[in-house]
Order: sequence, then structure tokens, then C-alpha cells
Amino acid sequence: MTRRLMKRKTLDRIGLLFVALVMVSPVVLFFIWMISLSLKYEIENGAYPPILIPENFAWTNYVQVFKENNFFLYFWNSVLVTGAATLLALIIGVPAGYGIARLKAERAAIVIMIARMTPGLSFLIPLFLLFQWMNLLGTLWPQIIIHLVVTVPIVVWIMIGYFETTPMELEEAASIDGATPWQVFRLVALPIAKPGIVVAFILALIFSWNNFVFGIVLASRTTRTLPVAVYNMLSFEQVSWGPLAAAALIVTLPVLVLTLFAQKQIVAGLTAGAVKGG
Amino acid sequence: MASVSIEAAADKRGVKGSKPARLAPNYWPFVVPALIVIGAVIVFPWVFTLWMSVHSWTLGQEQTFAGLDNYIRLATDFRFWESLWHTLIFTVLAVVVPLFLGTLAALIFDAQFPLRGFLRGVFVMPMMATPVAIALVWTMMFHPQLGVLNYLLSLVGIGPQEWIYNRYSVIPSLVIVETWQWTPLIMLIVLGGLAAVPREPYESAEIDGANAWQKFRYLTLPMIAPFLMIGVIIRSIDAIKSFDIIYAMTQGGPGTASETINIYLYNTAFSYYDIGYGSAMAVIFFVIIIALSFVLMMVRARTNWSDVVDR
Repeated sequence: MTRRLMKRKTLDRIGLLFVALVMVSPVVLFFIWMISLSLKYEIENGAYPPILIPENFAWTNYVQVFKENNFFLYFWNSVLVTGAATLLALIIGVPAGYGIARLKAERAAIVIMIARMTPGLSFLIPLFLLFQWMNLLGTLWPQIIIHLVVTVPIVVWIMIGYFETTPMELEEAASIDGATPWQVFRLVALPIAKPGIVVAFILALIFSWNNFVFGIVLASRTTRTLPVAVYNMLSFEQVSWGPLAAAALIVTLPVLVLTLFAQKQIVAGLTAGAVKGG
Repeated sequence: MASVSIEAAADKRGVKGSKPARLAPNYWPFVVPALIVIGAVIVFPWVFTLWMSVHSWTLGQEQTFAGLDNYIRLATDFRFWESLWHTLIFTVLAVVVPLFLGTLAALIFDAQFPLRGFLRGVFVMPMMATPVAIALVWTMMFHPQLGVLNYLLSLVGIGPQEWIYNRYSVIPSLVIVETWQWTPLIMLIVLGGLAAVPREPYESAEIDGANAWQKFRYLTLPMIAPFLMIGVIIRSIDAIKSFDIIYAMTQGGPGTASETINIYLYNTAFSYYDIGYGSAMAVIFFVIIIALSFVLMMVRARTNWSDVVDR
């Protein structure tokens, strides 16, 4: 009797595994095909029926992306823009999340939420004109500043949610002992909030890294970030699939690796309602 | 609700005068730097856009006050109405399809089976991948002659499709990409809802002889309905604003067959440099999104979910 039940349970689990594999297959097949495209020479990429595993691996596709398309520079630009926009957002956003949570200032929270709903383009037109007027176009500053539109709301939103759940008692005790509000924040609240800061950091990083729309307007030839650079390869002479797929993989690989390692934080952040801005 | 808490905050600060300051710390200095930044990069653009929308201004020329001319022009612009229609179709499809598939995925990942955690991690990956990079690879896969998708279709006996190169199939094709990328988000939200579902009702339902469908329909669905609604809200806001995938794959083409409001807005402002008209479009687009979010949130707040689903 129990044996039959256990056997049924095992069968159920194998059945579920099979269904799950079917659900995941579009994801797996897509990335396998992406890798395959990036490792084939033009002849094999143009073959019909399509070839999955190439006879000769075309590592030159990757070399070409870095050498002929200047991807070292664009990678560095992406690191600078995303790095600066994320760090600035943490420096101003974490204290702000703390302040808003303690003040219970819901109006400030609503502004953040509406900012999250606003299409990125409606920030882009006025800020583009402002940057032009300030003569900043051609540097990385316009992109760093406009990426704050993405990163600041994410950080503030996640930190409000996080500080609302951290206990007040310790902070009260510290302030009775004579600590200034800044000391309470830095020595008591901040250490407890570390997991929340990690979540905010990772999500801000990813959505800033992936951002495309700000770059196509604000970036010049030397200030492109990776998403813009990979898109620009399309309009560049004749499109060859191998290098294009290799470039696409280079752009998105850092984010995918981060996703695999920080899955728990990403899930926590996204289900808290702070999904992509801009 | 907001006003009450603001008053409460004001009371707190009022108390500060009579009691020792340290009992009611002043939290405003923590918020001020963020307020300045948000004012500069978020509130200023809102106000400036509004100002530009009542001016006639093409980049490189003088701006002149135009009153509501831009808005009147919008109302009679066939291309704008067409883009509104494309946005509507795209958004409805890009909400409904991921909602259905994401719920299905959540029900599966809520159960116990080998490799569950790993497979869920893989399933979440598209959501975080760089949209432009993904879009370019899909473009290659959609290629009518050399694309792998038409080859796969030929294996099951379906003739070649034109995907994004045909004005009738371009929006559904874009929805496929959007669905591929954003189904995991619905899955995560619904999974969060399923985690909060209690065990007991299922046990008594089993004793009463309910089958799997009945259990889903009368127990699970009512309990996860509020989470589905959150999914609908977030997905609607993102789908209506979708830009990267459409722009990278079709730029609104063929012709204007996949031109959504966001794409038309981009073309107006940054291809034709018609700043005033583009701003008016941005204002209307903003109003549409806020109205949509407001209606959806009202529906969510006002609905007694068990009533709806039981009917």
C-alpha cells in the first residue's frame, strides 16, 4: 500500500520534471542558439538547414568585436556609467529610503512610484536639451546623470520597504544614549540593512547596464555604452551574424552571470515591486 | 491616507520643541539630497515637457508659443491614432499571454521535483538579459530564409512565416519576444502568492473528492487572484512603455505596422526634431499610463476577489 503510494509520488515528480523541462526549453534553446551563432563562420551561419555545432569554431568573431568594433572602450564606458549611476544612487538613495520610512512620508513614495511609471523618453527630451545647453554632450556625464532616473527610484523604493521592516527599538535605545540621528543611521540602522542594500545594488546595476534608450540619443561615437554599441553594429556596413551574436553575448553575459549567482536577491527585489525604470 | 501621515510627521516635529530633541530625531536631512536629485532629473523634466508641449519648437529654430495647437494636431494625426491602436494590441497580448504562461509555470515550480531550484534559476534568466542583445538574436532567428525558427516549423510541416517582415505578423512576433522575456516575472509574483496559500482547504477538498481542476478553480485561483492583479498592473505598465525590443527589431516597421506610441514619440522628437509636438505626445502618453495604472489599482482595491472568481 505505502509502496504503491511512494511509487506514484516518484512518477508524479518525474512527470513534473518533464513538464518543467518543456517550460524551460525556449530559454535554453535560445541561449544555445545564441552561442552557436557567435561561434560560426559566415558560410555556416548562412547554411540551410541550419548547423548547430560548427565544424570549425570561429573564435575570430570575438576577436573582431573587440578589435574592429572598439568593444574595449564601450565596455569601459558601460562600467563607468553603470558604476557611477549605481554608486551615486546608493549614496543618496539609501539615506533617503531611511528618512522616508521613518517619516512615513507617503507622498515622497508616490512620486517615486509615478517616476517608475513614466516612459523614459519623456525624461529624455528635456534632459537632452538641458545637456546640450550645458555643453555636456560628448562626455559621459549626460548618461551618468540620466541613468539616475533608473537607479535612484529602484534604490529608494527597495530601501523604504526594507527600513519599514527593521525594528525601531535599537535605534531608540541608541538615541536615548545620546547618539545623533546620523550616528544612529550609520552605526545601527545601516549594518542591519545590508541585505536590502545588496538587493538594491544588484537591481540598480542590472537595469542601468541594460538601458538602451538613453544611450542612443545621448552617446556619441566615443561615449557609447555596450547596448548602443551592439545596436550600432547593425547599421555598420553589411551585417555579419557571427560577430553580431558574439557582441550580443558579450553585452549580456555579465548580467546573466550575476543573475545566476544573485538569484535570491533579484527575486526578493523584483517581487517587492521595484521593477525596471525608464 | 498620505495627508494623514504627513500631519503625523508634522506633529512629530512639533513635539520636538517641547521634549528633548533626541527623542524625535529630525529625519529630513536624510531625504534632502535625494529630493534635490529627484527634482533635477525627474520633476524638472515633467514640468519642462509640459512647457514645451504648448510651444512650437523644432530643434535649431526659435520656439514660439502655440497654446494647444500641438494637442489639436495630435487629435487629428492619423499616424498617432494608428500608433495608439498598435500599442493597445501589443499591450493586451503582452499582458495576457505571459499572465497565462507565467501562472502555469508558477503552479509547476510550486510543486516538488528534482532540479527545481536550478531550473527556476534558468527560467528567470531572460528577464534580466539585456533587451537589445536579445532582440538582435531574435531578429536573426526570425529571418525568413536563414532563420532557425522557419526551419523548426518546417520540421513539423508548417510553411515558412515572414515574422517581423510582414505587417500582419509583426506585432504577434514582437509579443513572442516580449513573452519570452517577461513570463518569468509573472511566475515569480504568482509563486509568491502560492507560498502564502494554506494547506488545510486542500485536504478537506480531497476528502470531498475534488479533482485537480476543481481544486485549482475553487481554491487556488481565488487565493492567488490578488497576485495575478499585481502581475497585470506591473506587466501593463511595462508593456505599454516597451521600446528596446520594438526599436531594435523593427524601428516601427514594416512601414508603420509596429509603430507604438513610444516609437512614434521617439521618431518625432529625435528623427524629426519636432520637440514641441513630441512633448505634447509625451504628455498624453504619460496621462494614458497614469490613468491605466489608476484604473487597475482601483479595480484591485475595490474588488472582492472571491466573489468574482466564484461567479
